[in-house]
Formats: sequence, C-alpha cells, structure tokens
Amino acid sequence: MSDHDHGHRHDHKESGHHPEAPSEVEARTLALESLLLEKGLVTSEEIDKIIDAYEHDIGPMIGARVVARAWSDDGYRARLLVDGTAAVRELGFDHPANTELRVLENRPGVHNMVVCTLCSCYPWAVLGLPPVWYKSAPYRSRAVSEPRAVLAEFGVGLTPGVAVNVWDSSSDLRYMVLPERPEGTEGWSEEQLATIVTRDCMIGVGIPQLPSKSPAGTVS
Amino acid sequence: MAVDRRIANLEGEAGLPRKNGELVFQAPWEGRAFGMAVALNDRGAYDWEAFRTHLVENIAGGEPDYYHSWLGALENLLVERGVLTAAEIGARAAEYEAMERDPVF
Repeated sequence: MSDHDHGHRHDHKESGHHPEAPSEVEARTLALESLLLEKGLVTSEEIDKIIDAYEHDIGPMIGARVVARAWSDDGYRARLLVDGTAAVRELGFDHPANTELRVLENRPGVHNMVVCTLCSCYPWAVLGLPPVWYKSAPYRSRAVSEPRAVLAEFGVGLTPGVAVNVWDSSSDLRYMVLPERPEGTEGWSEEQLATIVTRDCMIGVGIPQLPSKSPAGTVS
Repeated sequence: MAVDRRIANLEGEAGLPRKNGELVFQAPWEGRAFGMAVALNDRGAYDWEAFRTHLVENIAGGEPDYYHSWLGALENLLVERGVLTAAEIGARAAEYEAMERDPVF
C-alpha cells in the first residue's frame, strides 16, 4: 500500500501506479474512500493500520482455533496429536498434502519449542508467515544451544524441573505446539479461548495469558 | 489495532482470500476496500453480520471475484443505511475514471 501516484504519467505499469485512468473498480473504491474521508467516517491512517494488522496478524488464527478446539474437546485433542494434518482439515482449513503437521503437547513438566536450524521451515498453513526472529541466525542456533535462556528472553520462565524439548522442523515435517490451557478459562467458548492463543504460544516461546493479567514479557 | 475474529474467521465462500495463511490483496484497491469495511465496522457504523450478509449475497450473485463482491457489499450497505447515495458514489467514480481527480492510493 505504499505506492502513491500523484496524477502524472508513468511509463511503467506495475500495480499500484495509474499511468492511465483507474479501472472501473478502482474508481469505485476511490470514490468510496474519498466520500467517507470527507464525511469524517474514516481516516486513511485507520485504513492503513487495519490493512497492516490483518495482513500480519491474521495468519495465526487457524492455529488458534485448532488449539481452542483441542482445549474444548478431548476427542479432537487426541486426533490432533495423532495426525495434525487431518485434524486441521477436519476444521475445514486447507493444509498442503506434501507436508506433515505434528502437534506437540505441552504438559506439566514438559515444554516444547520449535525451531528450524537449517533454514526457516515453519507451519505456515496454521500460523501464517514466520516472524523475522524465527528466521534469524541467533534464534536458530540458540534455541538448540540454550533454549532456557531464549525462553527467558521471551518472558517464559520455567522451573528447573520442567523439561524443554526443542523440535527441529524440516520441509516435510512441521511442528506446532499445543500450549496448556490456562487456569481461569473454565466455561470459556472456543471463540474466547482462541483469542488468547498467540503465534508465540504455538511456536513454544509464549504462554497463553489471560487478558486481566499483565502479559509477562510479550514479544512481537 | 486488534484483529476482529469475526472478520478473520469468515467462513466458506465468504472466507478472506489467503496464501500461506496470510491475507492476500491482488491490487491496492482490494486492500482499501477491505480496510474501509473493517474501519466502519470498528467504528460501529453497522454490525458485522449486516456486512457479511451482503457479502454472501454478492458472492452468490456471481461477481467476478471476491473483492468485487466485497466492494459491492460495502456500497450496498452504505446506500441502504443512508450513509451515501448511489448517485454520489457514481458521480465521484466517474470523476476518477475521467481523471478529474488525483487518486489517493
């Protein structure tokens, strides 16, 4: 959304530039936006922010819904842990056939986290695009060499008795973490539960937080 | 800026076009149309179900693609609610098509 045209003619024709008159649908969109701006019903900045937020934050919602279902339905949870790919499809979401999704269950005493040491394999079908840090060399090496220190930096403090399992993704096997359902969410609907399941929780570098509690070291 | 799960979780034919789990906009106007509809909903200009109903109707009505249906739904809803008139939208669009106004995106 950063391409701006100031009415002068361009020789190039990439999308976003309008060397010629806008198409019918572009003109209708421009008409709506300009009229809504004039009436003070929206601002261009608001629209920019919305596009940005939805483009970047919407990916993890598929994973969040999968987690919320697993927290709500023991039968689904069991199926999810046996065959993640099939369980994701069961909820009506697409999952590529050439990649297996394995779901790792956090339990009392066991914490899982996911890395791709070689490149940046990531369960994008359920989590969207990977965050920048996931692809960074320090995360890829330190998640293996000092996972507890990395987790602490993300605000996840584990007691010494908790084992940390680090899982190395590959192109045909992707991992997603099923976090533990937090206390205080009894009686919540799946929709409510999904709102507290963040991307970081499903990579294993976050713990679901209730809205009322102060988030411990949120990292975006 | 919080994502509204009712929008993110639109289902079936009304589901937002995605690639690799992320939203995709094929052209800037699609993003603007998306952002306007969401902004008006966030501001309480209508409730999301009203927009979704128009969207589903337009998709069933055979618009050429998803965001054509989306834009049509927004126009119809704004006209129905008396926010804008079809005539003013048409007149303004004609000015843009005739290049009498500079595009804002």
